Amino acid sequence: MTSSQNELQAAIAVTRFGLGARPGEIAAASADPRAWLHAQIRPEGADRPIPPQGAWPDARDRLIALAGYRDQIRAIRQDLGLPRPGAVLTPVSTAVPPSASVPPGGAPFPQPGFDLRADFMAARKLAKAPLDDATNAEVLARVQLACATNAGFRERWTLFWANHFSVAGKDEAMQSLAPVFEREAIRPHVFGRFEDLLLASTTHPGMLFYLDQIRSAGPDSPAGLKRKLGLNENLAREIMELHTVGADSGYTQSDVTEFARALTGLSVGNGQPNGGEQGQVVFRVEAHEPGSRTVMGRRYEGEGPIAVRRILGALAADPRTARRLARLLAIHFVSDDPPPSLCARLESAYLRSQGDLSRVAEALIAAPEAWVPTAGKFKTPYEFWVSTWRVANLQPGDVRKDVLQPLTGLGMRPFSAAQPNGWADDALTWAAPDAMIKRLLLAQAFSAAHAPTSDPVQLAQQALGARLTPASATAIARAESRPEAFALLVMTPEFQRR
Amino acid sequence: MTSHRHSRPLAANRRHFLNAAGGLTLALMGGAHAFADPLVGRRKLVVIVCRGAMDGLSVTPPLGDADYLALRGPIAIPLDKALPLDGYFALHPKLVRLHTMMQSGEARFAPAVAIPERIRSHFEAQDMLESGGAHLYGATTGWLNRTLSAVGASRIRALSIGAQEPLILRGPVQAQSWSPGGRLAGSGARVATALQDLYKHDPMLGSALASGLATEAQADLLNGGQGLKGYDAKAFSTTAAGFLTAPDGPSIAVLSLDGFDTHAGQGAAEGQLAGRLAQLDSVLAGLHDGLGAEWGHTVVVVATEFGRTARVNGTGGTDHGTASTLLLAGGALKRGGIVGDWPTLQAARLFENRDLAPTLDIRSVFKGVLADHLGVDRRALEASVFPDSREARPVADLIAA
Repeated sequence: MTSSQNELQAAIAVTRFGLGARPGEIAAASADPRAWLHAQIRPEGADRPIPPQGAWPDARDRLIALAGYRDQIRAIRQDLGLPRPGAVLTPVSTAVPPSASVPPGGAPFPQPGFDLRADFMAARKLAKAPLDDATNAEVLARVQLACATNAGFRERWTLFWANHFSVAGKDEAMQSLAPVFEREAIRPHVFGRFEDLLLASTTHPGMLFYLDQIRSAGPDSPAGLKRKLGLNENLAREIMELHTVGADSGYTQSDVTEFARALTGLSVGNGQPNGGEQGQVVFRVEAHEPGSRTVMGRRYEGEGPIAVRRILGALAADPRTARRLARLLAIHFVSDDPPPSLCARLESAYLRSQGDLSRVAEALIAAPEAWVPTAGKFKTPYEFWVSTWRVANLQPGDVRKDVLQPLTGLGMRPFSAAQPNGWADDALTWAAPDAMIKRLLLAQAFSAAHAPTSDPVQLAQQALGARLTPASATAIARAESRPEAFALLVMTPEFQRR
Repeated sequence: MTSHRHSRPLAANRRHFLNAAGGLTLALMGGAHAFADPLVGRRKLVVIVCRGAMDGLSVTPPLGDADYLALRGPIAIPLDKALPLDGYFALHPKLVRLHTMMQSGEARFAPAVAIPERIRSHFEAQDMLESGGAHLYGATTGWLNRTLSAVGASRIRALSIGAQEPLILRGPVQAQSWSPGGRLAGSGARVATALQDLYKHDPMLGSALASGLATEAQADLLNGGQGLKGYDAKAFSTTAAGFLTAPDGPSIAVLSLDGFDTHAGQGAAEGQLAGRLAQLDSVLAGLHDGLGAEWGHTVVVVATEFGRTARVNGTGGTDHGTASTLLLAGGALKRGGIVGDWPTLQAARLFENRDLAPTLDIRSVFKGVLADHLGVDRRALEASVFPDSREARPVADLIAA
């Protein structure tokens, strides 16, 4: 291989397989780009975000803290005689009618108890702050990891699986659980067997809450009969449709319902009498629908949690799962319309290894289709933002200003995908006209605050290596100022694509 | 609503609307004919996609249906809270402004529409809803984009509000998009100029940036340079209205609302779904107020990918179903009763013994609106906008002449 080919491959390894170049990274990869990627595959899985101090709270800790917060709010409500949430609130009259004249120096400072509801809202906000702080610390550490890691391919691979098993902070419980789910259920398993990843996801409180499994009960189970409980089929459907075989695989409504029946009893303890320990994943035998189940043509005898494992195992081993995962990976790494030969390679690696994801990652690195010079992917907002920090050799420090506000503006706030299929992975979704304006505004704001003092053209070479086009290099060299040059760099077509 | 005003139960009247399809529609259309009407250039269409499968049985609860209360149990909308329409159907109590529109004949609904294939995957069903294909993966562009092509991209333009491009507007014609945020100025404008040069060889980024810059200039005029902050449903829709009413503004706008996937703790008059519907009502109010006089030339279509199970599930919610309610609003609507048939909730009528059965192909409503409101040529409607949709005949009589 000639050295110019090696240089291009190094740039591809770092920017397409990885999360974008930090200064010096392309040079480091250029000795042997494939080996550079290969070395990032490891049995212990993904890197873990670093906690600000001590250890991260686990899912149980977070659920216990949430229960404590809810108890506190309930007590305040009772003390103040406020109605329960959901009840119709009658407006609290304020002592000052709107027409009252405002004294010189401004409006009167509200007295305690002046507006009971306002006081209650303030108390609630204060009580919830520790929960939000804990979530924000997780989000910040996750982005910092992506911005600082030397193993960008490992982190990109991880983010793919996190998005495959997408969960989002749709309510208070999920705001606490979503980042914990990724850390506990996804990160350890990204280079292991897919079946283990699927089992870890399906039995984590994050997924059980997110897809409404926690209260699903067999209608004919003792608990179902006694308390008139019933099925919720959300988790069963999304496991089949999104996590494994796919909606086009030919399963029927009856398969979904049968799988939902098999899952009944799988839940999270709520600390109530007979409700299981708070935050602990439990299998409630008394809520499990009795009887044998038939899912996609296979019969499972009534073995409760063992049947769940068997069904998940069958789904993970299903060739339709192999085909679907292969295609999604090819879409993520190479092209919105990936070559069938690449999909076939990944599919066969999955099937030959019984779903060993490290083997699939190796097949991806080995595939010639993954190294075509054309950059087939347009970066998602998260990828664009992370790669911008990386080329500046910086990481975000303020979660609101550096992470949440910019990514909310771009439509991709972490842990907030609107639907369980996670974030879109195609250019048509993300390259809308307004999105380009928003990227330009962010590039400009970032540059004004953080543009590196190094030579802009050299920095562009560090960022893109052999992928930098002469036209872009010229435009960057002609910029009026360093901030302008940096904004231009991160907005060039070759930086926006990978 | 006519039947409401005459205290006549809608259910008795429910077959009327389908029967009128076909001949009358043909008579009203014809490509150039529509554009001879001086009003057509002012005509506006807003499509609101409610993602996650909006529960039609809570949006327009059929309180007159003998099976409704029993099927719905704790999530049934209580009689004393629902906003009455005609003694049979009512509106969810949060849809206050929509109720006013319905009472003044500026809103209608189709209680049991569905996409042409029976699927219960959100994502596949949204694809069908937005692509307008007759089959799953039957079309890869959006039907509104094909509408732009059919009418002529020089005569009509479209805008999506939000950070992501919805499928319904994707395709060869570049649509505008906009979301709240800061403003380009100073060096940003210089960088934009340099980028337009660099994007010359990247058609996707080039046309996106050019359109974004044009829209940005328009938004500057609208807001006096003040950007909206955060997600304020009413402000969003007021801004959308501002674009629609601007000189040379787009004729079509698309908005998306999320969060309708109410599998657990759906609530009734209050609760999870009620919150989403309150937001929907705010969006409709924002459009109404923001469009001002142009409201009279506007049709708003509120559609979702499918409905939810007729029965409440085991966790106080509903699972993926089939037919749902489609809402129409706007001053250009013709006064009238429900659109399509009401299948009833009798056990024998439920689809697969679980879902409200569809009585009307959702494309029939879209086609009726495109034909009679925007004057889209009938041949184009059948050939390109909604291919293989001949059986889904356009609903006639939706639009005031």
